[in-house]
Amino acid sequence: MSDDFLISARDLSVGFKIGSGLFGKSILKAVDHVDLDIEKGSFFGLVGESGSGKTTLGRALLKAVPITGGSAHYRDGEVDYDLTTLSGAALKDYRKRAQLIFQDPYAALSPRMTVRDIIAEPLEVMGLTRTREETDARVREIAAKCRLNLEHLRRFPHAFSGGQRQRISIARALVSGPQFIVADESVAALDVSIQADVLNLLKQIQRDMGLTFLFISHDLSVVAHTCDHVAVMYLGRLVESAPTRTLFAAPRHPYTRALFSAIPSLDPDDRGRAQKLIGEIPSPTNQPSGCKFHTRCPYAIDRCKAEEPVLEHPGDGHEVACHRWRELLDEQAA
Amino acid sequence: MSALIDVRNLTLKFRTDEGLITAVEDVSFSIDTGEVMGLVGESGSGKSVTAKALMHLNARNAVYSPESRITLHTETGPVDVLSLKTARELKVVRGGAISMIFQEPMASFAPAITIGKQMVEQLQLHSDMSKARAREISVEMLDRVGISDPARRVDQYAFELSGGMRQRAMIAMALSTKPKLLIADEPTTALDVTIQAQVLDLMKDLVSEFHMGIVFITHDLGVIAQTADKVSVMYLGRLIEEGPVREVIRNPKHPYTQGLLAALPKLDDLEAPLTPVAGDIPSPLERPTGCVFHTRCPKFLGDICKTALPEDARTDPSHRVACHIHSAEVPA
Repeated sequence: MSDDFLISARDLSVGFKIGSGLFGKSILKAVDHVDLDIEKGSFFGLVGESGSGKTTLGRALLKAVPITGGSAHYRDGEVDYDLTTLSGAALKDYRKRAQLIFQDPYAALSPRMTVRDIIAEPLEVMGLTRTREETDARVREIAAKCRLNLEHLRRFPHAFSGGQRQRISIARALVSGPQFIVADESVAALDVSIQADVLNLLKQIQRDMGLTFLFISHDLSVVAHTCDHVAVMYLGRLVESAPTRTLFAAPRHPYTRALFSAIPSLDPDDRGRAQKLIGEIPSPTNQPSGCKFHTRCPYAIDRCKAEEPVLEHPGDGHEVACHRWRELLDEQAA
Repeated sequence: MSALIDVRNLTLKFRTDEGLITAVEDVSFSIDTGEVMGLVGESGSGKSVTAKALMHLNARNAVYSPESRITLHTETGPVDVLSLKTARELKVVRGGAISMIFQEPMASFAPAITIGKQMVEQLQLHSDMSKARAREISVEMLDRVGISDPARRVDQYAFELSGGMRQRAMIAMALSTKPKLLIADEPTTALDVTIQAQVLDLMKDLVSEFHMGIVFITHDLGVIAQTADKVSVMYLGRLIEEGPVREVIRNPKHPYTQGLLAALPKLDDLEAPLTPVAGDIPSPLERPTGCVFHTRCPKFLGDICKTALPEDARTDPSHRVACHIHSAEVPA
C-alpha cells in the first residue's frame, strides 16, 4: 500500500520556541503528532480554523519550516526522500518536485517583473533550462495550460484581475515540473464568480499532469467540491480523516459536525437550526489537557479532560480521534 | 414600518489621474426601521462606496451628481445627508444616527488606547453624559455582546482580544450610541465559520432588540440568506436586482445573480460541477456601454444589450430587475 502514497508522515510535530520568560523558554506546538498519508494523484483537503496548524503542516511538508519530531517521507517513484534529514543537493531537487501556491495573488507577484519573468524565474534560479529559447518555450507551454496568452506574458501584474493573477501564480508554481503542490487558501481571496474558475483549472491541471495536491482551506464547501479526501485539524492535531463523500455524509467527530453546521445555509427558511459551538479555539501556548476539543465540545465527559484520544483506524478508511464517537453514532441512529 | 433612509439616483464618481471613474451609478433604494438589507456584489461593484455615501464618508475626490439624494429620517425631521458639510453637522450621520462596523476590527480600534477609553470618547462625543456614566454603558454593552468579564475587558487593548472578541467589541462600540441604522461591511468575513455563526446570531438578536435598520454588505450569499430581509445585488456600480431574500435566492431574475448562485459550491450536491461566471469583471476605466453586464452575460440578446441601458422591470411589486430580457417581457 505504502507505494501509493506520495507523502507519508508519522508522528509529525512542528514546535516553535517562543519568548524566554521567567520559567525559561516555552514551546508552541503548532503541529502535534500527526499521521498523514497522501495518495499519489489525489486532491487532498486539509481543513480547520485559524490556529489549527494546517498551514504549518503544509509548510513542514515543503521543508519551509523545520520538522521537530516524527518522520515524513516523499516517494514519487524516482526518488525517496526523508524530509526530516533532507539537505544539500537532494533538498534542491525536492524544491523542484514540491511547490506552493499562495493565498494572496496581489502580494505573491512582484509588481516590477513582467509575467514572463515571474513565471521564468524558478527555471533560471534552479538552472532547469540552458538557453533563453528553452526557457521561453517552457514558459509558453505552462502559460497556455493556465490560459495565459503571449500578450499576457509581456504585461505587468497590475494589469490583471484577481483571477488572472492567481492563474499566473499557478503557472509559476508549475513551471519547474513539480509532482506535489501545496495550495494554501488559494481561492480564499477571490470573488465567488472567479473562485469556481480557478478551482476548475486546478482540478484540470491535477488530472492532466497527474499531480498530487494538498489543498488547505477553511471553506468546507469548496473542499467538498474539489477534494477526494479530507483531513480535519484542531489545535495541531488531526481529529478526523476520510474520503470526502464519507466525511460529508457522516462526520464522526463532534468538531467536524459543528464545523458543518456553522456553514451558513443558502436556504432563508433554514435559519438558526445549526448546532452552534460556544467559545473559541484555545491559545496553542496554553493547550487544554486530554482531548484538546473538550473545552468546546457539547459531549465532553470526565475522561475527555484527562485522556487524549488517539486517531482510531476502524478499517473503513474513516479515521477519527474521539473517545465517544461510536456512542454518539449509536445515539444519533437511535 | 417607516422609511428610515431613502437613497435616490445616487451617482458617484472619483476624480483620479486617469480621469473620472464611475463607482456608483443611478442607485436607488430605501431601508425601513427594523429591516436588514443585504448588499451583495464582487470587489469593485461599488457596495462599500454606496454604504460609505450613507455617512458621507467617501474620500475627497468623490464627486456626487446633482440628482443624488440621500435622506435620513430622524425624530427631528428629514436630514439631507449629502448637504452636510461641517464636522458638527456630520456628527448626526457619523456615529450618531448611523454607525458602521468593519471587516477588520484590529484596524478600527486605535492600538494604543484601551477599548473602554475609545467607547467612552464616542459616547461623550454624541451626548452630554458624564464619563462615569459612559463607562457604565460601555461595560453594559460589552456584557450584552457576550464578552465575559466586561469590567476587566473594558480596560484592555484591542490586541489583547481574539478576533471574534474584537469583532464583538466593535459591535458593542457601534451600538452604544443607539444608532437607527447600522452599516456592517463584511463584518464576519475575517472570522472562522464557528465564530461567524456566533457573531451572526448576536447581530440577529441585536436587530430585534434595538429595532434598527441594517445594511449588511457581504459577498457571501449564505450569510445573506441567514440574516437579510431583502437583498440588493450590485454589479459595476449599478443595482441590477432587488427583492425579498427568499425571492432573490430561490428565483433570481438577473443573469448575473443567477450566475453568482450557480458559482457557489453547494453542500447538498457534491457532484454538481462548479460553473463560474465567464470572464472577468471589467476595469472601471473600460466601463461597458449599455448594460454593464453584457460583456459576461450568458443570455446576451444582441445589440440592445450593448447600446441601451436596461430599465428597471418589476417581476412582482417587491422584486425589480434591470435586464432587457425582463423589460421585454414585462412592459413598464
